[in-house]
Amino acid sequence: MFSQLDWHVKSGELWQIKGDNGAGKTSLMRAIAGLAPQSLEGRLSVLADFLFLGHKAGIKSDFTAIENLRLHLGDAQNGDERQLNDALATVGLADYRDEYAYRLSAGQQRRIALARLFLVDAPLWLLDEPLTAIDVDGVAIIEACIDRQVRNGGSVIYTSHQPLKLQLSTSTLHLRGKGQSPYVS
Amino acid sequence: MYRSVFGKVLVRQLLLAFRRPAAVLNPLFFYGVVVLLMPLGLGPQQSVLSQFAPGLLWITALLAGLLSAETIFRGDYDDGALEQLLVSGESLYLASLGYVVAHWCLTGLPLALFSPAFGQLLSLPDEGLGTLAVSLALGTLVLSAFGCVGAALTMALRRGGMLLSLLILPLEVPVLILGAGVVERAVNGMPVDSLISILGGLSLLALALTPLAIGSSIKISLEV
Repeated sequence: MFSQLDWHVKSGELWQIKGDNGAGKTSLMRAIAGLAPQSLEGRLSVLADFLFLGHKAGIKSDFTAIENLRLHLGDAQNGDERQLNDALATVGLADYRDEYAYRLSAGQQRRIALARLFLVDAPLWLLDEPLTAIDVDGVAIIEACIDRQVRNGGSVIYTSHQPLKLQLSTSTLHLRGKGQSPYVS
Repeated sequence: MYRSVFGKVLVRQLLLAFRRPAAVLNPLFFYGVVVLLMPLGLGPQQSVLSQFAPGLLWITALLAGLLSAETIFRGDYDDGALEQLLVSGESLYLASLGYVVAHWCLTGLPLALFSPAFGQLLSLPDEGLGTLAVSLALGTLVLSAFGCVGAALTMALRRGGMLLSLLILPLEVPVLILGAGVVERAVNGMPVDSLISILGGLSLLALALTPLAIGSSIKISLEV
């Protein structure tokens, strides 16, 4: 999918991965998260704890918003009840705490997944298309969240087709599809 | 909140089943219908029915378990929950054990609890009823364990049901023979303690070892 990629991410850095559809953005994200196919060649070392938010967020439609956080399989520690409530309130779902996820809109379901950003204490965030189905207010929440993470010395790698309005210096990794080597800007 | 991923998976699966009770009642319903149809197909002579009852009850339990195995990982695969489990770095062994125990609680255990009633419907002599329940409770644990292995291997396939049956039926046949045999012996008034112990040992062995296979199969299915 891509070749000759030599790439380092240090703490406190914000990276956007850009590329056309099918260029390998999601594959690269999954590879970093440890979900790469075995056919992948090369060396990959991830030295930090990380939080991975993929296309499929692991939200169960038969669970309520709070149950989805409480029973999420992605977190070793799910936080106590107060933290869960706070996280839901931060993403604007305070009133939907006990609402079944199947009654929520796609954007609201996405927000449940985003609430994990406030619960998990990981130095590296891998956000694959975090803005999918999210409205303007939601985008602002994510931007603030990324801002805080990077200022606190954490790193964020994200893919997005929409530009994020951030006061931070963003490095970009361009994936150019089959046979062409990626470049950094 | 949950000490281990085992408890979390178990609570998750049970709560999900509670939200969709039809899925839990389906194997039990299947079991009941088959048992009710038997006298219609075989004729109502008690001697015939009671002779076939141990085998019939066990075969039906096996099929009921097989019926529900395909869906064990389907939902968690589709919505990305398994992916999240894998990247969380939690023990896949404990998580897999959670899936096995949850599946047993939702299929094997209710079947075992209701089996004396079904046994009576097939004129199974009273001496065999207790043994039937105990052998089913232990044996379905093995069936659930194998079912989870098959489900973990085939979850990425769109129509894995057929393959799943092909994969795990050969593994389940010895349990069927043993289980039906135990009930048969009990009906004939022979001692069954040693065979029940073997069945118990098998179920513990399955609980201890299959989570390794299930964990690896989950990884394979997610292409890791």
